[in-house]
This record gives sequence, C-alpha cells and structure tokens, in this order.
Amino acid sequence: MEENLNLIFSIGGTIFLLALGFVVGTLRENAHFRSLEAREKTYSGIMVTDLRTLPANWNADQGTLVQGEVVIASDYFKGFAASLRNLVGGRVGVYEKLMDRARREAMLRMLYQARVAGANVVWNIRYETSTVGRGPSGGSSGAPMAEVFVYGTAYRVTDREG
Amino acid sequence: MLVVNTEVVPGKQILEVKGLVQGNTIRAKHVGRDIMASLKNLVGGELTAYTELLTEARREAMTRMLAQAERLGANAVVNVRFSTSAITSGAAELYVYGTAVVLSD
Repeated sequence: MEENLNLIFSIGGTIFLLALGFVVGTLRENAHFRSLEAREKTYSGIMVTDLRTLPANWNADQGTLVQGEVVIASDYFKGFAASLRNLVGGRVGVYEKLMDRARREAMLRMLYQARVAGANVVWNIRYETSTVGRGPSGGSSGAPMAEVFVYGTAYRVTDREG
Repeated sequence: MLVVNTEVVPGKQILEVKGLVQGNTIRAKHVGRDIMASLKNLVGGELTAYTELLTEARREAMTRMLAQAERLGANAVVNVRFSTSAITSGAAELYVYGTAVVLSD
C-alpha cells in the first residue's frame, strides 16, 4: 500500500514539474520573443557586422569596446523533450529556440552600450558561447544552462564617402 | 586607455607595439545563487545572478589586463579577444587578451 502511494507521489511530482515547465516556460518564452522583436526595431539604425576593419574611405571616431552577455536556463519540460529527442536523434527545436533567445538578448545589450556611446555602427563582432554547467538539480534530467557573450567595436561614422 | 577589438584604429597610427597583455579570473558560483538558479531551472529563463557574476568577473579580468598595459607604458589595447572556459562544474574562468600599443595622437 505504502509503495503504491510513493509511486503515485513520484509520478505526480514529475507530471507537475513537466506541466509547470511547459506552461510557465512557454508563456515566458513567448513574452521574451515579443519583447526581443519590439526592442530590435528600436536599434535598426545601428549597422552590425563581423568585418575586421572599417572601409578605408569612412571617417570614424577611435571606437569603443562594447559587450553584452546573458546566462539562460532551460526549463524542466524542455529538458524532458530533449531527452526524448535524444533517443531518436534529429533537431532539438526546444534548445534551438533557447539559444536564439540568448544570442538576440546578448546582442541587444551590446547594441544598448553602442547607442549610449553614440555610435552608429558596430564592427568586428564576435560571439562566445559556453555552458555554465547543467542545472544544480544535476544528473541527466538537470536542465542545461548556457552563457552567450558578444562583443565588438562601436564607431561613430560621420562620413561614408571620405 | 583605449580598448578595441579591431586591429587598427581609424585615423591613428601604431607607433610602437608593447606586446601581449592578458588578464584572467576564476569565479565560483555561491550556494545562495545556486538555490535560486535551481528554482529558475524549473521554469526556464534568464539567470540574472549568473549574468551579473560573469559580467563582474569579466570586468575584473579586463582591469588586470589594463593594469599590465599601463605598466608597459601603452595608451591602447587593440585586437582584444575574450575566452571563457568551465574549470569544474561550479567555476568558470574568464580570460581576456590583446596587444598593448602606443598610438599616435
């Protein structure tokens, strides 16, 4: 009898965590995507590229280093969905979305610094991604966390014809 | 001190190359932050405490690099690169390096 109760509790707990991860995680993700889109529009005036040097005929100030970074965690449901996906292989869509969110958020933070510096282009950007480790819950079910860092040199270009 | 991650600075010339300068720091997450992060792990989203931790650590590494550049008598650090690695599951190393140079006015 007691064993049956324990079983019910452990299955119930897992289902609760999955449901919580799915409902809250999805709501927050959708809200984040909407916020990203809205903020990205406000930075449409700043050109971003990973080219190493400015065109020779452009006039610019000496430039400043700008950077943005974010640590993002997956949720319980995503971890579960990814572990299922691991059995059959293929695209892990839930994590693709997660990394997309992290990269765009880091980029926005860098662009904010560029705007504060009064720049209109960001040159030579580099992305740096690292996992901070699996979630503290650990084990194969621990949700992974990722760090995305982006940096570049922001210039105020005054004359593009030289 | 001017810091950029490009090789050249528009309108300036590199008069003297002082050499490679670098700074690193290793930071561990602390337990309080770990507990908050484990809660956040259930619903996903940004881990603000970790973001701040890494930003602080990167600033520290940068400060050490700039101190080296100053000792060498440079007035700028060009071609700066960042690198991050996980030493153990609880700690991260932040490393920044670049070339210390003397720029013309």
